[in-house]
Amino acid sequence: MNCEEANILLHALLDGELDAGNAREIEAHIATCPACAATLRDMQQLRKAMNPAALHYAAPASLRGSIEGKLPAPATAETSRRAAVKGFAFGAALSALAASGLLLMIVRKDDDQRILDEIVSAHLRSLQGQNLTDVVSSDQHTVKPWFNGRLAASPPVMDLTAQGFTLLGARIDYVDARPVAAIVYRRRVHVINLFCEPASSQAASAASMQSLHGFNVRSWREKGIHLWAVSDLSADELSEFGEKFAEALLQ
Amino acid sequence: MAGGTQVIDGGRADRFKELALPHLDELYTLARYLMRNASDADDAVQECYLRAFRHFGTFRGGPIKPWLMAILRNVCHSTYAARARLVYGADAMPDEPAADPIWREVSETPEQAVVRLHESDTMRRLIGELPAEFREVIVLREINDLSYRDIATVIEVPIGTVMSRLARARAMLRAAWIAAEGGSERS
Repeated sequence: MNCEEANILLHALLDGELDAGNAREIEAHIATCPACAATLRDMQQLRKAMNPAALHYAAPASLRGSIEGKLPAPATAETSRRAAVKGFAFGAALSALAASGLLLMIVRKDDDQRILDEIVSAHLRSLQGQNLTDVVSSDQHTVKPWFNGRLAASPPVMDLTAQGFTLLGARIDYVDARPVAAIVYRRRVHVINLFCEPASSQAASAASMQSLHGFNVRSWREKGIHLWAVSDLSADELSEFGEKFAEALLQ
Repeated sequence: MAGGTQVIDGGRADRFKELALPHLDELYTLARYLMRNASDADDAVQECYLRAFRHFGTFRGGPIKPWLMAILRNVCHSTYAARARLVYGADAMPDEPAADPIWREVSETPEQAVVRLHESDTMRRLIGELPAEFREVIVLREINDLSYRDIATVIEVPIGTVMSRLARARAMLRAAWIAAEGGSERS
């Protein structure tokens, strides 16, 4: 981790927004970097000086009254009691349904977001120093066997030279505390990390494109493999990469 | 006797009030920092509640506070835009005279000087003097106590942007605070 990253992440540390792994990394950096340690102290001091309770404003009573006055009072329409009961029961069932589905969606989203964060972090880490590839080869028949014995399942390694994406090599990386295969491609000066791990089902899924810290991440499932391609390439070119890879995979 | 329509319509308004009104102080606080004066904050919060009620059908559950704050922020934006008093946004910011310097030595009346003795008033003022896009992340994080994800929802930017903006905002605020305290706080 460099100071520029640390300078941003130490705020997340202060705010309790980091997962254990990232917290350890930033703490390790701060332990060895007096400048970042000083910044953290400064920020702790600033936080102490900010007393949130004293910085709040209380809404004037007149404002509350005027808002309540402007919101509609209950309407008065005549329908049968039965319809009311039916409507109520339906409403309750609907909200119960919505609540359960929603909960699932929120939990799911948090999970996805965290993995997205980790994918981008792993991509950033890979671009520093000598972390990009553990096996360096543009030959898929060299790269693929390298994974044997290193991962439970050997990932797909496709030659996409003809499609304009050069294979650089591969390494093992960690996402969500699980070892995943990272296959590295290049287009022009842009590095693409393709992370893959066995998916829980064989079902293919439509690709989703998300963007974080200026990187695009395309994630999809194909042939029982969950794939994430991440790069600073444009979304269009990264989609093209994903499509070409999927085509090669399905051949 | 309760009629069907009454249950549904009245229920909607009641449910809205039940969910939304407890956040009035939080919203008012945000509005005070965004608008920087009491009467504009009053108007903005009122408009926010009316708009939120009109669009309550599109609220998809979850915590309502960030949803309301996003609406409030839009109301504040459009108020500003209408008055063309403030150019909002990263591109315009460095050219804004208000944004540079980050803090100013305000010429004080004796009354203001007395008020300034209160540390929280100093802090309120310093926060108020931050450029808008840094001010809002500070207020949402430190005062409204929102998570990064909720802040991202309110100001409609990726979480990474929230993080980098918050880092800059805190650095600016600290510099302003040190200057205001005459450097005596530096240990």
